[in-house]
Amino acid sequence: MWQTFGFEFVNFYFIPGLVVGCIYALGAIGITLTFGILRFANFAHGEVMMIGAYFTWTVMTLVKNGLGFPIHPLVAAVPAIALAISLFIFVDRYFYKPFRSAPTIRVVMASFGMMLVIRSFVQSVWGPNQLTFVPGIARPNETVKSFTNSFDMMILMPNKHFWIIAGTFVIMLALSWLLTKTKIGKGMRAVSDSPELAKVSGIDVEIIIRATWIVGGFCAVAAGVFLVMDLQMLETTMGFRMLLPMFAAAILGGIGRPFGAVVGGLVIGLAEELSVYPWLGNGPLLSPGYKTGVAFAIMIVMLVLRPSGLFKGRLF
Amino acid sequence: MSSLPTLEINDLFAGYGETEILKSINISVEPAQTVAIIGPNGAGKSTVIKSVLGLVNVRGGKINLNGQDIIGIAPDEAIRQGISYVPQTHNVFPNLSVLENLEMGAWTRKTGIKERIDEMFTLFPDLQVKKSKIAGSLSGGQRQMVAMAKALMVDSKIMLLDEPTAGLSPKYQSEIFQTIKKINGSGIPILLVEQNAKQALEIADKGFVLVDGANKVQGTGKELLEDSNVARMFLGSKD
Ligand SMILES: Nc1ncnc2c1ncn2[C@@H]1O[C@H](COP(=O)(O)OP(=O)(O)O)[C@@H](O)[C@H]1O
Ligand SMILES: [Mg+2]
Repeated sequence: MWQTFGFEFVNFYFIPGLVVGCIYALGAIGITLTFGILRFANFAHGEVMMIGAYFTWTVMTLVKNGLGFPIHPLVAAVPAIALAISLFIFVDRYFYKPFRSAPTIRVVMASFGMMLVIRSFVQSVWGPNQLTFVPGIARPNETVKSFTNSFDMMILMPNKHFWIIAGTFVIMLALSWLLTKTKIGKGMRAVSDSPELAKVSGIDVEIIIRATWIVGGFCAVAAGVFLVMDLQMLETTMGFRMLLPMFAAAILGGIGRPFGAVVGGLVIGLAEELSVYPWLGNGPLLSPGYKTGVAFAIMIVMLVLRPSGLFKGRLF
Repeated sequence: MSSLPTLEINDLFAGYGETEILKSINISVEPAQTVAIIGPNGAGKSTVIKSVLGLVNVRGGKINLNGQDIIGIAPDEAIRQGISYVPQTHNVFPNLSVLENLEMGAWTRKTGIKERIDEMFTLFPDLQVKKSKIAGSLSGGQRQMVAMAKALMVDSKIMLLDEPTAGLSPKYQSEIFQTIKKINGSGIPILLVEQNAKQALEIADKGFVLVDGANKVQGTGKELLEDSNVARMFLGSKD
């Protein structure tokens, strides 16, 4: 059973789907929080992922060239996250804040502009070509391989996939603690529920907005770093390509519902990968070229059948 | 020396954008009083309350809280000053638990949050049982109680209630009025906007009738209950 069906399914479809799902999930958290709390669809969100990954690459390269030893991407991500978050608080203060009481469409358009600004900035600093993130072939982790093989269910999982799945899990736990146990997290949920009532409850909405950029930015950069760890290369359009599946995940989970976004991300990631599994006959069910279409189709079906998403999010 | 009114609204002009809604409103709430505002739909009752909170454009007049001018105050600052405000609709966070709603009401409060929550559970015993329930899952009457308890989490100098009994069953309506009396009995002055004119005037020390953005009649609760014009307009009397 494992040899004929499970081995291939789990190693070549399910685990990659889970990995992609984790990346979508982390990205969708920021989208759904910005949508719920700042009330706009942030088109620049993919670029936050992208620039965070470039910052991480730069830190890794500087350390390697300057100090002579390599550091793990997740270590390099720490200063990169701090830098990216500072940048986005700055952008919010001087770029989005003036639009706070304007019609939503203006700030959506502004975020579209910000998307182009960031991408052009990265292209002019780092160049438009692909960069190698980590060279070489990612080999399966031997411990996992021999351990799972000892009960005849061999799992071939490269270290990078282990870090992505474990890292996402840890971030989810931290996020759930933040949103349900801390004052600022409960405030974020309150503002997402009703900004008008939040204001007349004395909640300092600007602090909540800053927290939103911090949490959303953190998750986005983590998603960006996980994505380049998986792809082992960087390019300036990678954030933009993530945008549609991340929006699909946020809508699937329900706007303003961070845990919904996580579920949505996992569902979309798995659906994309499993759509190319040979469910019928020998060839892939759908040609791999249609993977993005799967996310799009799920989003459309959800918007038609249940626009508030799986977890009853906000309707606009 | 006479004591200052807790809330004094003098010759108030206010509105939304360009439209003027309130034309020379005068209302005052003395310490420990319950004051009712009644009037037809669209008279500007909610707008009066929103002016106190800095939610509408005030064009002229005075609003003093304990003698201090609060015109143009930011809403969160108004709450910090001790104004307990219960909006007419959307007055709880539906996806937060009852307890979390109270905690959000205490956002501006530095100390004594636990004690205040316990006081609220004494005032609203129903809420203690439901404290982990999501506010959106409660009945209308219970939600109204969450909204009131949440508003009272500050050190209230005055409580502003906008139609707290609208849409509730008679049983809940009288429960809410009883609770308002209790809150007032603890020394918190109350400004109450109500459609339920009769019950409101029965618990009110003073009442103001607003029509079309202006003061029409005023008097003690008893006087207004006996006023034949008021009776014809709002109390469902047939003469
Ligand atoms: N946000 C708003 N923008 C513009 N006009 C409003 C707004 N809210 C209320 N109004 C108008 O102001 C008038 C008074 O409304 P309101 O104070 O809510 O009346 P009441 O509470 O006495 O029923 C109404 O004519 C209403 O249409
Ligand atoms: Mg009203």
